[in-house]
Amino acid sequence: MNTRTHCPYCALQCAMSIESGPDGAPTARPADFPTNRGGLCRKGWTSAELLHSPQRITRPLLRTDRSGAFAETDWDTALDHVAARLAAMRAEHGADSVAVFGSGGLTNEKSYLLGKFARLALGTSQIDYNGRFCMSSAAAAGNRAFGIDRGMPFPLPDLAAADTVLLAGANPAETMPPMMGHLTAPRLIVVDPRRSATAQYALDHGGLHLAPRPGTDAALALGLLHAARTADLLDTDYIAARTTGFDDAWRHAAAFWPEQTEQVTGVPAHRVREAAHLLGTAARAYVLTGRGSEQHATGTDTVSAWINLALALGLPGRDGAGYGCITGQGNGQGGREHGQKADQLPGYRKIDDPAARAHVADTWGVDPDELPGPGRSAFELLDSLGTGDGPGAMLLLGSNPAVSAPSAERVRNRLQSLDLLVTCDFVMSETAAMSDVVLPVAQWAEEEGTMTNLEGRLLRRRAVLDPPEGVRTDLQVLSALAVRLGQPAARFPDRPDAVLAELGRASAGGGADYAGVTPQRLDEGEELFWPVPGPEAGTPRMFLDSFAHPDGRARFAPVSHRGAAERPDADYPLYATTGRLMGHYQSGAQTRRIAELDAAEPRAYVEVHPDTGARAGLAEGDWARVVSRRGAALARIRHRSDARTDTVFLPFHFAGDQAANNLTNPALDPTSRMPEFKVSAVRLEPADTAPTAPTAPTAGG
Amino acid sequence: MAQHPARRIVVIGNGMVGARFAEEVARRDPAGDRVGVTVVGAEDEPAYNRVLLPGVLAGDYTPDDIRLPVPQVPSVAVRTGAAARGLDTARRRVTLDDGTHLDYDDLVLATGARAAFPPIPGLAASDGAPAPGVTALRDAADCRRLDALARPGGPVVVLGGGVLGLEAARALARRGMRVSLVESSPWIMRRQIDRPAARILAEQYSALGMSVHSWRVAARWIPGTGLELDDGRVLAGDALVVTAGVEGNTELAADAGIETEHGVCVDDTLATADPRVHAAGDCAQHRGGGAGLVQPGWEQAAVLADRLTGTRPEARYSGARPVTRLKAAGIELTAMGEAEADDTAETVTIADPHGGRYAKLSVRRERIVGAVLLGFAEPASDIAQMYDDGAPVPADRLALLTGRPAPEAEPQAEAAADPTVCRCNAVTRQDLETAWLDGSRTRTDIAEATRATTGCGGCTRDVDALLSGWNATSPVAAT
Repeated sequence: MNTRTHCPYCALQCAMSIESGPDGAPTARPADFPTNRGGLCRKGWTSAELLHSPQRITRPLLRTDRSGAFAETDWDTALDHVAARLAAMRAEHGADSVAVFGSGGLTNEKSYLLGKFARLALGTSQIDYNGRFCMSSAAAAGNRAFGIDRGMPFPLPDLAAADTVLLAGANPAETMPPMMGHLTAPRLIVVDPRRSATAQYALDHGGLHLAPRPGTDAALALGLLHAARTADLLDTDYIAARTTGFDDAWRHAAAFWPEQTEQVTGVPAHRVREAAHLLGTAARAYVLTGRGSEQHATGTDTVSAWINLALALGLPGRDGAGYGCITGQGNGQGGREHGQKADQLPGYRKIDDPAARAHVADTWGVDPDELPGPGRSAFELLDSLGTGDGPGAMLLLGSNPAVSAPSAERVRNRLQSLDLLVTCDFVMSETAAMSDVVLPVAQWAEEEGTMTNLEGRLLRRRAVLDPPEGVRTDLQVLSALAVRLGQPAARFPDRPDAVLAELGRASAGGGADYAGVTPQRLDEGEELFWPVPGPEAGTPRMFLDSFAHPDGRARFAPVSHRGAAERPDADYPLYATTGRLMGHYQSGAQTRRIAELDAAEPRAYVEVHPDTGARAGLAEGDWARVVSRRGAALARIRHRSDARTDTVFLPFHFAGDQAANNLTNPALDPTSRMPEFKVSAVRLEPADTAPTAPTAPTAGG
Repeated sequence: MAQHPARRIVVIGNGMVGARFAEEVARRDPAGDRVGVTVVGAEDEPAYNRVLLPGVLAGDYTPDDIRLPVPQVPSVAVRTGAAARGLDTARRRVTLDDGTHLDYDDLVLATGARAAFPPIPGLAASDGAPAPGVTALRDAADCRRLDALARPGGPVVVLGGGVLGLEAARALARRGMRVSLVESSPWIMRRQIDRPAARILAEQYSALGMSVHSWRVAARWIPGTGLELDDGRVLAGDALVVTAGVEGNTELAADAGIETEHGVCVDDTLATADPRVHAAGDCAQHRGGGAGLVQPGWEQAAVLADRLTGTRPEARYSGARPVTRLKAAGIELTAMGEAEADDTAETVTIADPHGGRYAKLSVRRERIVGAVLLGFAEPASDIAQMYDDGAPVPADRLALLTGRPAPEAEPQAEAAADPTVCRCNAVTRQDLETAWLDGSRTRTDIAEATRATTGCGGCTRDVDALLSGWNATSPVAAT
């Protein structure tokens, strides 16, 4: 046993090989690949532990009374039960009474088949996925500017030759450590309210850390554009030849002269000028955004403001320069292209576009009129569950919204009000534990499939091991349910290669065109970056000749700064912002079950400036209750003397009364429907007691 | 629900606040379902950013660069080159100087302010028109006039050493003018900073090639020659820029019987005594102050847009905590609140005339009540935010100014004894040494044994250094 595959976690998708360890258990080791260059972070190193964890679910679990315990059952019973309940729900309340919730962690094949399952087998418009909480703002802004959204329209190794790289709201030193290998030569400008590991790295290596007030990134981006223009650093030839809309965009940036930018963001005016100079005088520069800039009710406009800066400096569509977003989830790129999003059909097509509907319906062998229209976005969908006009049943794959959704207590109440919740997972996540049926599915190293990483590079996941007995793949589950719901078996293949071939046909001619992607090409080691319309090479660097809008030009967006939906006040005097830790991933459902990672960070904590802690009567290590208008989270105080005194930080990997998302604000971006995860107004109080709930529920109820 | 016709809002004044109000309304009511806005501006040109006029003089911006955004929605109309002549609050009607009139449901006065000319002989003709060579720096026309008068290399006098005067002087100097600045009070920026700070600031201006004359009264303007002072000296000047304060444009309101003092009096809803007439920006007078600075005016525009579109009827303007930030290339000056707080405040002062730096921070009950920061750019932004937010100051106030915290207690012994070398994989020095003792001699061996260096790679140099140290002490490879 020694087979190459890719890490189960983030969008860097580090290459690894799975070997037999000394005790015969599978062990992950780094493998050489252009993205991770032989590196792995702690999560990758320990990822194989979950493959043989005693906490795995290996039998379908069913209960008819949600207050009771789960009982193990066989697959036929479980699938018959689910299909019968879904069919009955649909018959009684209509197709939209059944919802589907997917994930940016699913392979391309699963994302595609899940969307098809929702639209055809269930006939529901009510499908969305957790990528809405991740990439939607960057995607909306990228589409608006370039006519297409491939997070990084260039290969990651290109960054290594840059002179200057600006990272807005991104912390790869902790969230994607091997990515830092590409950032050792460039001068870094890190934009983050927090002195993150990446910010510290920048300072230690001659770069800049700009620490804006939470929720003011757009003002900073506008201010940098303003400062670059007054220093005569704009690429006016490029603006004239390759873009439209600069004048309108400038009118808004004109309101952010450096001193005004300082007043709004707190970043000193001379630092704004210095950063503009570093970026504007670099021969090769990149602007990269992450969730810190994107997870806001103004996220789309904020990303547009960063893209405007990149366009004004003439970066996108040039070899050795550009704009990119750093996609988060493992298949956060592919997952946002093939139809598990409420408004989307495969190939990054719009579900309300008649031509797109006709093409996909033709591929699927149905009449276009059979395809439902757009549905609710993720938070709106979750918030409607069990209400008058919302769905009463939901099928959930690869996500844990009881922990990861904003205003999590409210979402847990909605999940509880469902008549039927069916979760496919391999461990008893917090959401699985609330379900009526839990279907045990295979893990990453036990099944084939393709992923599209943060560069838009197609990767092959391989089945290194057989799944444990009693476990099925997500594709098998969807196929079996579809057949039980009256679909022809041929319409829902459960073999990944067959699904990929169909995905290729469905995406052909769309923005994200996978028509030429085959397992053989990937197995032969060909580097395929989409679009891959046919047998010719893919597209490592996009936009070199033209952008994807009909006129071939990139578009400046006339955006301004609006600020956070909620500001601190007398009752909630502090900003809270959230993020990832090195040793955990997303809702922690996986990483909290890995002994080494759990031992390193077993509990929630809150980073505070010592003065801020002292004012609340809290010392290092004390349990604090962090309270927002929406709920409270328990966390231990961790002092950071380099923190802003007005801002606290909580990692979001912990559950129950330690869940950071108990605090977060579901105010939504008008375009992307992204919730405002990154800014809530909170206060700190001493906690009466330490948390009691276990952080990881176990199987058996 | 029945469709109501949109309510009519008329805005008098197409300056920074009037234009911003229209933008804020368009953002809240893009379809124009609720309100239609007509903005009336006396100037012929489209709205522009008055604050950046010194930058136009200095050559940082072209006049076109500083134009303000115009909302691209059908429900906002802008009429330039039209001045309001009369206001009839009973009929809710504004009469314009072209004889037409506009009826309103709500009126917003954003008429701004005009330059005040001190009573100095030779400054203005009997009809009030400026004498040859004399100009204010309030609007685009002033800027054009000055642009024609101020030829690089020539002399120019700035009358009035407040914020605008200092910014204009610096801009003219950058343009290549020989600049003299006259201030009649004992020191420059008298309203914002204290005397020691002003002295250092004046020295900086001198070092940048300008001559500063504080506590000097102008006697008369001699066109073609310059400005004569009360001590008989004559400062050469092809032009005289008058930046000696402003007066609010309140006549329209006053003639309509609306209460005005130095501005149009408004309450926290920004309404005048007539609930359908509102005022914002430099023409408004609110108990919380804020006239003369753009940020409070913009905040008022947002509050009015919230209220008049019905987006947030509860919105209120409670006053400003203005922070003054001088826009003068090469000088970092930030001031707020009381520059000369009394003994009831705790004050930290750092004066460094030689280095051209000065810092003063006054605190009462853990809140900043005043600060003057010259050449302290990094802490200035932190302090301004705390002042703006009314946030408590850190316990170590000197550290807030210097960025150097008081020495902390020694780090915990075990942390010092066994520091983490590879953060990504939580590998300590002890772990590395153990691996070395077990035979790992190269970085590859170490990575294999401990995972160190395989994450972000930031510890590679440290690991190499440790290895070469250990390998040097024990050149014989372990078996």
